[in-house]
Order: sequence, then C-alpha cells, then structure tokens
Amino acid sequence: MTDAAILSVPQAESLFRRNLRDFRRNRLAMASLIVILVFVVMAVAAPLIAPQDPNETDLLRRLQPPGWAPGGDWAYALGCDGLGRDILSRIIYGARISIFIGLAVIFLATGVGILAGLAAGYFRGWVDVVISRVVDILLGFPYLIFAIGLMAMMGPGLMNIVLALAYKEWVIPCRVVRGETLAVRELEYVEAARALGAGPRHIMWREILPNILSPVIVISTIRMANVIILEASLSFLGLGVQPPTASWGSMVSDGRAFILEAWWVSTFPGIAILLLVLAINVASQGLRDAFDPRFSE
Amino acid sequence: MSLGKLLERIVQLVPVLLGVSLIVFVMMALTPGDPVQIMVGEQSITPAQEAELRHSLGLDRPMAERFFIFLMNAAHFDFGTSFYHGRPVADVIAERLPATIELSLVALVVALATAIPLGVMAAIRKNSLLDRVATVGSLLGVSLPGFWFGILLIMLFAVHMQILPVSGRIGYDNEVAAVTGFLLIDTLLAGDIAAFGDALRHLILPAITLGLPMTAILMRVTRTSMLEVMRQDYVTFAEAKGLPRRRVLYRHALKNALIPTVSVAAIETGSLLGGNMIVETVFGWPGLGRLVVESIFLRNYPLIQAAVLLYAVTYVLLNFIADILYTVLNPRVKL
Amino acid sequence: MSVLLEVTNLRTEFATRAGLVRAVDGVSLRVARGECLGVVGESGSGKSVTFSSVMGLVRSPGRVAAGTIHFDGRDLRGLAPEEMRAIRGRDIAMTMQDALTALNPALTVGEQMAEVMIAHDDTLPSARGARRSAIRDRSVEMLGLVGIPAPETRLRQYPHEFSGGMRQRIMIAIALTCRPQLLIADEPTTALDVTIQAQVLELISDIRARLGMSVVLITHDLGVVAEHCDRVMVMYAGQVVEEGPTDQVIGAPRHPYTRGLLASIPRPALRGQPIRPIVGQVPDLVGLPPQCRFHSRCPLARQGCLVQVPMLPAGPGRQARCLRLEETS
Repeated sequence: MTDAAILSVPQAESLFRRNLRDFRRNRLAMASLIVILVFVVMAVAAPLIAPQDPNETDLLRRLQPPGWAPGGDWAYALGCDGLGRDILSRIIYGARISIFIGLAVIFLATGVGILAGLAAGYFRGWVDVVISRVVDILLGFPYLIFAIGLMAMMGPGLMNIVLALAYKEWVIPCRVVRGETLAVRELEYVEAARALGAGPRHIMWREILPNILSPVIVISTIRMANVIILEASLSFLGLGVQPPTASWGSMVSDGRAFILEAWWVSTFPGIAILLLVLAINVASQGLRDAFDPRFSE
Repeated sequence: MSLGKLLERIVQLVPVLLGVSLIVFVMMALTPGDPVQIMVGEQSITPAQEAELRHSLGLDRPMAERFFIFLMNAAHFDFGTSFYHGRPVADVIAERLPATIELSLVALVVALATAIPLGVMAAIRKNSLLDRVATVGSLLGVSLPGFWFGILLIMLFAVHMQILPVSGRIGYDNEVAAVTGFLLIDTLLAGDIAAFGDALRHLILPAITLGLPMTAILMRVTRTSMLEVMRQDYVTFAEAKGLPRRRVLYRHALKNALIPTVSVAAIETGSLLGGNMIVETVFGWPGLGRLVVESIFLRNYPLIQAAVLLYAVTYVLLNFIADILYTVLNPRVKL
Repeated sequence: MSVLLEVTNLRTEFATRAGLVRAVDGVSLRVARGECLGVVGESGSGKSVTFSSVMGLVRSPGRVAAGTIHFDGRDLRGLAPEEMRAIRGRDIAMTMQDALTALNPALTVGEQMAEVMIAHDDTLPSARGARRSAIRDRSVEMLGLVGIPAPETRLRQYPHEFSGGMRQRIMIAIALTCRPQLLIADEPTTALDVTIQAQVLELISDIRARLGMSVVLITHDLGVVAEHCDRVMVMYAGQVVEEGPTDQVIGAPRHPYTRGLLASIPRPALRGQPIRPIVGQVPDLVGLPPQCRFHSRCPLARQGCLVQVPMLPAGPGRQARCLRLEETS
C-alpha cells in the first residue's frame, strides 16, 4: 500500500492507462458499458427515438398487446398501458428520469462526500468528530425508510427525490475518502509537500485527492446502481416523479392493476430497470477489478 | 467480551440514538402544512378552539422543549394519536407489527438456508458450473428491483399457474383467533393444520421476494470468506493432520468463514426493514410497511414519525448486535 | 541405515498468469530412519513446496508434474487421496512456520489434538466414555511431553490464550500425537524469540531421539542446521545445489551459493568484519533456460557455466551442482 501510493505519483498517467487496458480486456464489462451507453443515448435522444408521444392517451388502444401478439401493432412494439400510452416510448423517456436522478444524486453525494471526507481525514480533531457523528447517525437509518420519510415531508418531485437520496448517499463516499485520507496523509510525499510549505488546500486537492480517487470512483459507480433502484422504488410507491411523467418504477406500479389481463404493462419497464442496473453492476465490478484490486476477490 | 466493554459499547449507542431521534423529529417538524389544519381538515373551528388544540399538542412551545417532550413520550411509547384511526399510534403499530416480523423472520431463514450452502459449495468448487451460476445469480439478485420481481412471481405462480395465493396473509375461510399475532403460531395453537398450510403458502412468495437481495449478498460474502479461509495456514495444517475432508471443510474452514457471514446477516436484516415497505405493498401484506406507505398518502404524520423512529432504532440495534456477534464469534478479537 | 523417504526427480509446477513456474525442478533426496535432514534455502527456493509435494498438499494452481516419492516402501504419488490422507498426520506429520496461523483460532487446543487421534487411531475404545478419557489422557500426555504446564486445564483454552513459544509446542504436540515416523518441521523457529528458538529445537531433537523418528528441518538458518542436523541439503531456485553431511558442508562448502550463504552470516567471532551478502537476486522462475541458475550471482561464473549442470560428486557422501568444484575444494 505504502509503496504503491508513493509510486503512483510519478506514474499516475501510465498506471491509469494500464488499468484502462485491463478494463478494456474484460469482455463482460465492455458489453455492459455498451448497454449503459445505449440507455444514455436513449435518454438523451428520447424525442428523436421514441416512436410515439409517451403521454398521448388513446382509450381505443387501452392494454393493446405487444407487436408480436395477436391484436398487437408494431407501431406500438411493446404494447400499451391502461391509458393506451405506448410502453416503448414511455420506457425510452423513463430512461431520462432514472439516469438523470442516478447521475445527479451520485455527483452531488460524491462532491459533498469528498469535501467532508477530506476535511475529516485531514484536519481530524473536532472536525472529524462532528462529521463522523453525523455519518454514524445517518447510517442509523435504513436507506429506503430515510428517503420515504423525507419524501413524505418534502412532497413528490424530481428535485426532491435527488435531495432525499443525496442527503444520505454522501455518507458512503465520505467514509471511503476519510479512511483513505487518514492512510495517505502520513505518507512521505505528503510530508514532503508539507515541508515545502504547501497549504492544507493544496495538499488536500493536489496531493491527496488524486491518489484516493480510484476507490471513490469505484464505489460511486456501484452506488449508482443502487440509487437507480431506490428511485424506481420510490416511484413505485407513488412517492417519486408525478404522473404523467414516465418513470420506470411508476410504470411497473401502474401495471399491477392489470396483472390478470396485461402482463406486458409491468414486465417491460421492469426489464429496463434490471438491464440498466445489471449493466452498471457488472461494469463497476470490472472497474473495481482493474482499478482497485484490493476490493476484488 | 467483558461486561465493562459491553457497557462501553452500549453507552456509545446513546449519541447515535439521540441523533436519530433528532433527525426524525426535525423531519416532521419541518414538514410543510400546519398539523392542526391537517387534523381539523374540512371542519370549521373557532380561533379559540384552534389555539386550545395547538396548546394541547404542545405546538406553542419552543422547539427544544418540543424535542425533549417528544423524547420523553417516545421512551414511554407514546407517539400521540393516529388522526386516521382515531387511536393511539402505538396501538396501531403494535397491531401491525407481528405480520411484519413474521415475514421478515421467514425471509431471513429462507435467505440463510439458501445463501450459506450455496456460498460454501461455490467456494469449494471454485470456477465450476455451480460457482458460475451462483455468481451470476447473486449479481442478478442484487440487480433485480424487488417490487418488479414480486409482481413477476405473482404473475407466474399465482395468476398463470395458480398454485400460490396472490396476496394477503391467510384466506378468509382460514382465519383463526389472534393470540400472538404470528399466524404460523396462532394456527398451530388453534390446532388448524389446514390454516397453517394456508398461512405458509401465503408467506412463500413475499418471503422469497424480500429475502432475495439478502440471499445474493450473503452468498457472495460466504463464498468470499470461505475462499479466504481456505487459503489460511490452519486449513493446510488441518489437511496435514490427515483429517477427513468433511471435517477440514466444515469444522475448520466453515466455522471461521461464517464469522463475517453472521455479522453481515445481522446488518442485512436491517435492510429487510426497508424492503418490507415494498414487499408488503406488492403482496397486500397487512404489516407495518404498508401502513407507513398508506399513512404517507393520508398525511398521518404522527404514525410516520413513530414508524420511522422504530425502524431506525431497530436498525441501529441490529448493527450493534452485528458488531457484538462479530467479536463474540471471533475468539481472536480481544476487545 | 534404511531409507525412509526417497524422492527422485520431483518437479512441481504452478500455472501463474506470468507463465508456468517450476517451483521444484528435478529434486532428489533421501531421508534415512532416525536421521535429521536440514533443508536450507532462501524463500522461493522451493524447499517448502518440495515437502508440500511429499505430503500431497500442493494445491491448485500447483501440481506435482513428475518424479517419484517413496515413503516406507510405498509409492505416495500412486496412492488414492483417501490412502494419502491416512498417511498424513499418522506416518508423516508436519509443523508450520507460525503456530498462531496454523492453529485454528476458533477451536480449543483440546479439540485440535483430539481430532488427529479420532482420524487415525483405530485402537481407541469405542465406548463413548472410555473413548473420551483415552483421548484426554493422550492429549495430556502429549502436552506434558512438549512441556506445557497444567495440561488438563489448558486443553479447554483457545490458541490465542497461549504465548508464542507455547503455541509452537502445542503445534508440535499435535503433529506428534500419532508418533509419526517422519516429522517435517517447516521453519519451526522463525516466528519465535531467540531464547525460545533454542528450547523448541532442543525439544524436537529430544523427542526425535526418544521416539526414533526422522526429522526434516526446513530453515534458512545454517546455524540451526549445524547444531541439529545429520545431513544438509541446500536449495536454490527450485533445485538442490549442494548436499552432504552437515559438518562437511558447513566446514568446507563446495557450491559457491553455499559459500555465499555462510559468508553472509554475522558471526560473533568475526565481529568487526563486514558481512558479505550475496550480490544480486534469485532469478525469476518463469521460463528459465537450462543452465546454471546461480551464474548471474556467482563469483566463479564463466562462459562455460551457461549449460545444464547435473549434481556432481564432491567428496564422500557429498554432491554439488557446480562445474567449478575443483576451484572450491
């Protein structure tokens, strides 16, 4: 650990390249990356790709089966929901919600977590005590229950979901950053920088942070999968994005009313969640194996 | 572990529990909308009546005092009145709790009973077909959204094959007198085997749905720690002693490999609490989780507050137990 | 003296990402009954892997690729796993470098002793009570043999409740429970304090004399070998480089590596003189060409050394793997 950390300063670039090459060799991880990319493209280009208007209701097409089934129409490839809306188009638009919330929560939480973790690990003393106590207390809540409590308080809405999840999520990168900072701050190159008269801000940002970024990135990607499931769960419970905006979780929930006659309404949005989350999990495992072998099996 | 150390750990719990209570209190205190208005609803009352109500709820006092009163009341399980039920919140929760505990325990048993043998087998036959299937399975297990998996199970086993019930805890014709609130026990107390079977059939799908992520995680932990343990010198030494393979694997390796599994299991039991809300909603399970979800839409804030606090305290205690179990099981870790 | 263990041309390989590693490459050795053989070499020289191979304990990705292992007249490589298991712990016992990691932290010392008897001793009474007390008596006897005070109460304790020296004794007691014919002691003293090192080695020598067993003492300490072993075998990079009676090998080493090892030992008598470490590093064991493996570090190396070198006679009962023996006599 010590040697590796010291070595990684001059070699940061080449080490990063080697890790990247390791990652590229992992076929499963690359396949997952492609799946993620497809979802991102779907989200960004939704208006161009979606075959139908996701919110246009048409009672004549109520619970219309998928294209290949009897009574289906390929213009509505995955069938229609209880209000006659095209499920495929809603899944495409729903990707926007999942990916936006996933990214927003992770960026927000990682940013806050890095700041808090660096401060706690570098300054120690009362700063560390206060931050660690807050972390302990937030860890005392089951995640979904904390988010549900907050959503009950703040009311539904896109930004509220991001906040409700980020309020707890930052704890995870914070703990990782704090632990790594504690380990790294005593190393020789940090001591050297300090001896040369570098201020705390310089040391934290230029000396410590670059060397602890790998585990933070790895954790963040793993957590992203979790955040997407949590958003879908909140939407499923009716606490997420409000109708008629398409969100995968609420689409699955809508389909519950029709499990007897229209299996497709719940099934396809669920597959979308599973695919995206699975792809992120597999890719992050590949990332972990390549960039942070300490955590791999 | 010495009693003194145990006491020290318990004392360390206090600030966390206080902090958790404070957050729950603040969460609800900051909730937009005036509690009195919500209570009163459409009824018209005079300003005097309103002031009196406000006073009786303690809403006219300073925040710090209100928090203190909240803590004192919580210590006595007094969480006020559920607006919707017109009864004390504690009573309503107590009524729903057994259903949730029963489901969680069964899910826990299902998860442990599948995860540990699978994890051990996967580790012993590393890179075998079983290992690969188990690894893919555990990846699926953590990636499946529980609410969707539950609906799939219902569509497959209840709607399509019609071999298991769609929702609820027990059929109407099999209801028995509530003694403990745990149907598996109450049906047996009533001597009604058919009802017991019915209650069990109702449990299968929700328990699998609830236990799946935990199974996936525990399996991975067991596999990893088993692999780790099998690399240890004491396993080599046990083999050098010429012990039967079974004994090396189960007595020497597994006993040590289970230490992390058990403490992860205790932590993951906490995550069952969150999963309960989803699973109870999907399967129409009349437990605490569904009660909370319903209460959110009814703006039944005292109940939400009490339930969130209950969940959080349970979670903190489970983590505490995980911590203690880890040290107790591991003779090497001296506190 | 009759031969108890005879290994010929043993080759043990490990499939690693970097390639096939021949951790043991053509090792031959003999251990006579009642004899103590010292095996010396740096870490990575293949000394431990050689004897893991003998015990059939080489694990994937490693495997014994070639050679024969004869013990007490039986061909160990030809045995079924169950037959090999019956020999391990009963006829050939092993102790490991660090008893702290070799003893199971989660089981009592008593249980770890009892299980060896249960696995191997068919003479134990079958009645439950008699069986239990027979096991108990033997355990107490063994702990007494290795000098653990108050063995009755200590049987119920866990390994972490003992001192380092006590743990090492317990591990030896466990290994000796079934009175094996051969004890393989892998670095029995490395993990111990100097004073306790001597006690443990004395204990092994003492028991060896009393039980008449053979001992293989794997170590990197030539001092230990000089004091306790009849013969010594020096290993380097997976091969035996020198072998012979201890006093001769240490008194007049013939292989440049053995000489280097001896020169690198700090000796009180020579205080003030600089220690001369061997220059250079052990070669990477992947894809070694068939030539003298020591030549890159050897002060005597010449162009002609870059060929495959067999073990050559180096005096009565002695052999060394070097083409420059005439320069070292």
